[in-house]
Order: sequence, then structure tokens, then C-alpha cells
Amino acid sequence: MSKPILDIQNIVKTYEKHVAVNDVSFEVPAGSIFGLLGPNGAGKTSLIRIITTITRADKGTVFLDGERLNSRHPEEIGYMPEERGLYRKMKVGEHLTYLARLKGLSATEAKTKISDWMEKFGIQDWWGKKVEELSKGMQQKIQFIATVVHEPKLLILDEPFSGLDPVNTNLIKDEIHSLRDKGMSIIFSTHRMEQVEEICEHIVLINKGENVLEGKVSDVKDRFKQNLYELTYEGELPDGLLEQATVISQQPGRLTVQVAEEAESNALLRAMLDRGIFVKRFQEILPTLNEIFIRQVN
Amino acid sequence: MDKLWLIIKREYLTRVTRRSFILATLLTPLAFGLFFVVAGLIFQYESDDSRRIAIIDEGDIFDRSIKDEENLYFKFVDTDLETLRQNFDDFDYDGILVVPEVKDVMSTRHTVYYYADKQPTLDIEALIRDRVRGQMRDFKIDALQLDPQQLEALDTRIELEPEPIDDESTDASKLTGAIAAGIGGLMGIIMYIVVFIYGMMVMRSVMEEKTSRIVEVMISSVRPFQLMLGKIVGVGAVGLTQVAIWAILIPIIILVSSLLFGIDSSAQMEMAQQQPGAATLNPEDTEAMVALAIEEFQSLNWWVILPMFIFFFLGGYFLYASLFAAVGSAMGDDLGEGQSLTIPITIPVILAFYIMIVAIQAPNSSLAVWSSIFPLFSPIVMPARLAFSPPFWEVALSVVLLAGTAIFFVWLSGRIYRVGILMYGKKVTLRELGKWMFYKD
Repeated sequence: MSKPILDIQNIVKTYEKHVAVNDVSFEVPAGSIFGLLGPNGAGKTSLIRIITTITRADKGTVFLDGERLNSRHPEEIGYMPEERGLYRKMKVGEHLTYLARLKGLSATEAKTKISDWMEKFGIQDWWGKKVEELSKGMQQKIQFIATVVHEPKLLILDEPFSGLDPVNTNLIKDEIHSLRDKGMSIIFSTHRMEQVEEICEHIVLINKGENVLEGKVSDVKDRFKQNLYELTYEGELPDGLLEQATVISQQPGRLTVQVAEEAESNALLRAMLDRGIFVKRFQEILPTLNEIFIRQVN
Repeated sequence: MDKLWLIIKREYLTRVTRRSFILATLLTPLAFGLFFVVAGLIFQYESDDSRRIAIIDEGDIFDRSIKDEENLYFKFVDTDLETLRQNFDDFDYDGILVVPEVKDVMSTRHTVYYYADKQPTLDIEALIRDRVRGQMRDFKIDALQLDPQQLEALDTRIELEPEPIDDESTDASKLTGAIAAGIGGLMGIIMYIVVFIYGMMVMRSVMEEKTSRIVEVMISSVRPFQLMLGKIVGVGAVGLTQVAIWAILIPIIILVSSLLFGIDSSAQMEMAQQQPGAATLNPEDTEAMVALAIEEFQSLNWWVILPMFIFFFLGGYFLYASLFAAVGSAMGDDLGEGQSLTIPITIPVILAFYIMIVAIQAPNSSLAVWSSIFPLFSPIVMPARLAFSPPFWEVALSVVLLAGTAIFFVWLSGRIYRVGILMYGKKVTLRELGKWMFYKD
């Protein structure tokens, strides 16, 4: 088991009287896409600011790739905040170079890498344009490049898709996967659960400053499943077939049941097949992260 | 360190290459030159409004040798007044000057009458009164049988020549006071302008970074203090660049425009002296004074004054710019609310300016001395006093205090800045700022 890229241990952060982060601990596996989830005001941004060394925790420790968090680490982290921002009057190429150099790249390295990224996104023409001349979607692409150009070990994206149209959302999603495949670890922070399901492998759920839930997505879903199954079929259901199961919903040709034990689902299926019913679909319904989220925070 | 340098470079280059900066830097000296030329031309301008004046000299006061001015022609006529008035349009005169005879030589008042269809303009009126007065004087000298030479001797011009007590002190000339006041005032004004313009530039930059939200990206790469300091230094460098360019361009442009347009200051002064009420100076005196002024100027201790001025410039700038940065970081998106926070910063600057004006007139008064040492006022007041050769210990003390205070304020502002830039939506008062100073890092 490789060491985690990020090891958060007992972090506490208080702002005046408000405890933003209350003894939070979790690990982020290296090379994974990790979801930092929670409702607004849960403490995600406070945590992120501690990880990115913007603020310091009152108590607890953070280990980045096994090393205690120090002032050299910002160069190994890429951070795209929820509130996007760039210097409006700077030219794109100049701006990206500036940010890249602040992350430790040399001038030539910066220019080369930025050109490569801009070519990949098909926006080389934008090099000499001022940021304010670009649309919001364009600016976010630029900001994304600024976040990844220095090839950080850890990428933190706070609500990366907010404000993006579907095309650009897909573009960024593909990039995230491709970066992960190259070995980058990515923390994806959001309160939009449907986006998480599509991308994240591991998650932690923060609510009111506390770690409420964590683990692999599949494990979490398994933990919270309720043995629900959906069947689509053709034919008449004989009476007595559904005595063992709890019917959640029933329409002609479609049935959702809850069984007491997993095995019973298959027993039901076999019974239907034996009775000559043509089953078109038989599927376990796992809870969505959204449902788990709502259940947990209430 | 490299990151600080990167920030300074960006803050400097983005402003210096901006069109508005280039225009302002180049146009201001040109505007100076233009003003100089236009003012000069206006002074030299003589009305092309020509007048012909008929003089009826009833008392035979004039000696007939009254000189014609340019555009003003005098003609002595024997025709009587009524004829002239009735046939005014036929005659080619613009006005009729009637000078009655002098009934009482000892009287100090005499009325002359000017008949015309147009009001006499001020310059013509002044010219006529001046001429008549001159002629009256000669007439009375004659009538009273006074000796013209003795009368000249009555008026003695007094000149004050300052001398030092011991032989080592520098011998000041009578112009030292005026020159020093001029230089002092100029330095004080430059400081005042720099603090306001460039201090405010720092504040606006901090506010912009907050509003555009770039600040959070920035401080995930650099420490807030580096960002603040880099900004202050970069903007300061822009200020220095602008002032340096002006210091070179403005004298050149004034010189060039003087030569090109044939205007020289002594001619201007001649024109000025012909206005009513101007002090009577001879052209030779004026030139001598200008020469003396230049000599005085050169004899000032520039080896000390210039470095000191640069030091106070930098110290004052850092002190105030850092305060502006701190205030800028506290302002939210609502610009109006935060404006009141700038008042505690601008009040000392304005006070210092007024004290400076007093200081150049009384450079060794208690107010001047203590204000030139007190760090909030010294950047503006001490440079004004430098031309008056203040005692070494006063300057040294002022330097030390300013350096220490500037460093302290930069540090203090850093602590406020690092909290303020991430704080949105909170109502900010001075008390709040005070609390931020103590937040743990």
C-alpha cells in the first residue's frame, strides 16, 4: 500500500468563536481522484486553505507525500479556488508565465509548457490577448492551465465546473482523468454530488467541520445500500410472487422491490424466470451519493 | 527572494508600459512647457489696439517731448475742446486728453479729463496717468525751483547682507532665504503628491486583487507579505521613474521653449514691472539677481540634500504606502464603506503639508523642528528644511526615527493585510483592523 499523497491528522481551525474545522483526519491515496465533499459552510474551504499553506491550522498536522507541510510545498500543489480570478489587464501568455514562475518554473520552461497546454486546448491565438477580452469559459480554461502547468504532485480543484458549459465541462473532466493517469493526485471539492459519482474514486464527507464519512465510493455505497432492486419485464406477475419482498413501486412492466437479504433478489429473479416472465432488466439500485449525503447531514 | 523580485518586476512593468502612464509622464512636462510659453507670450503681448490721443495742455505742463508708445500716439492740439468734441468723428482721434492748469503747485492731486466714445482700457489709462505724473513731477521741480539731483538722492535702496558670527559658517546671501524656501516648498510638494498618488495606487491595486479574486491564487504561491511588499516596491519604483523623468524633462523643456520663443525671464520681469503698482526694479538689477540666484542654487550643499531627499522620499513612501495597503485589504467589494478608513492616513499628510508651509518661513521654530523629527510629518517637513542647513543631530534623529517607524509600519500593515485579503463581507472598522494584527498566522 503506497503512502498517501496527503495525510490530514487532527486538524483544528477556529475563526474567532466559530470552529470551522473540528478535529478532522483523513488520508488521500496517491494517484487517485479524491472527493472532498460537504455542504456550503462545512469547512471544506478552510481545510483547503490549510492544505495549500494559505492559512495555518491551530492544531494538528498535514503531511504531503510523507513530509510535514512546509514553505516549499506550494510549488508541488496546484490550487484552483472556487472564486476564480485573474489580473484582467494582463495578457494571457504573460499572465500564465508569471503564475508559472511563481510556482518555481524557469522562464523558458514556463513558456514551453504553457504553449503546449494552449495548443492542447486549441487556444494558442489567445497568447497576446488581455484576460478581460476573454469570455468566462475561456478564462476558466486559462485558470486551469495556470493550476496544472507546473506539474504538481497534488491538484486541488474547488468547484471546477461551476459556470462551465457542457463542452468545457467535458474537456476539463477528460483532462482530470488524463492527469490522474499520469500520476497526479487530485482533490475535487464540491457540493454537487452527481459530478462526484462520475469522477471520484475516494471521498470524504465533511459536515459542520467534522469528518462524517470517508472511503472508496463503491464501499460507501455498499455500506449504505438498502437492497433495492429494479426489474423490467414483459408478462403478468403471478400472485404470491412478491410475498417475501417489499414492493417500493410497481407499474406495468416495471418493479422496484426491497429485499431483506441480497440472496433473495436472485431467488425472486429465478421465480420470475421459472414462471415464464421475460425479464428485460434486473439491477441493484445503489444509493446515490446525493442520497447518502442528505441522509448523513440530516 | 526570487518570488519577491518576480512580483516587483510585474508590478513595475505592468504600470510603466501602460499607455496612461506614458502619456501622463510625457505630457506633464509638455504641459509645463506650453504653460510657460503661453504665459510668456501673454506677458509679451501688446495690444494691437492703436489709439491716437489729442492732448489739450491748458496749463502748459508738458514739455512736448512726450514719447509715443507703440500703438499710442499723442498729438498736442490747439483746437478748443468743444470743436474737437463736436467734430470728433471727422478727426482721427480716439480720445481727447484735457490737462487743466495747475492752480496750486503744492496740491498732491490733479484731475485730467479723457473724452472718448470708448472707455479707456486699463493699460491706456495706466500709461496716460504714468506719463502725466512724470510730466507733473518735472513741472513742479521747475516751478518750485528744486534741484533734480538732490531729489534723486532722497530715495535710498537698502540692501541687507547677511554675515555669519564665526568665520566657519557659510556666508549666506540675501537670496538664501528665498531660494531655500523655493526648494523646500518644491520638495515638500513632491512628497505630498507622491504619497497621495502612489500610496493610493497601492491601495487600489490591493482592492482590485481582492475584487477580481486573483489574490487567493497568488497567496497559494507566495506569502501575503511578499505580495504586499512586492507591490509597494514596484509601485514606488514607478513613482520614482515618473519623478525622475520629470526632473530631467521639465527643465529641458523650459530651457528649449525659452530659447525657441525668445522669451527670457528678465524680459518677463520688465513687462511685469510696467504694470501699475509693480516694484521699481531696474533691468540690470533683475539680471544681477538671476545670476546671484543661480550661484546660490549651485552653492547649496547638494551632496547632502539630494541623498537626504531620496531617503525621506523612500521612508515616507514606504510608511504611507504600507498603511494604504493595509486599508485596501480591509475594503470589501463595497467601495463606499471603506473610504472612511483612508481618512486617518490622509490627515497626517495634509497636516504635514501645512506645517511645511510654516516651516519654510520659520525653519527653526519649534513647530518646524519637532515636526521634521516626528515620523508621520518628517517626510514632508524635513526635506523642506534641508535647504536651510538644519543641525546635524536633528536630521540624524529624524532619519533614525523615520527608518524605524517605516519598518514597523510595513511589518504591522503586513499583519493586517494577510487577514484582510481573505476577509469578505465583514464590516470593517478600525477596531477590527486592530484585532487582525493579533491573529495567529
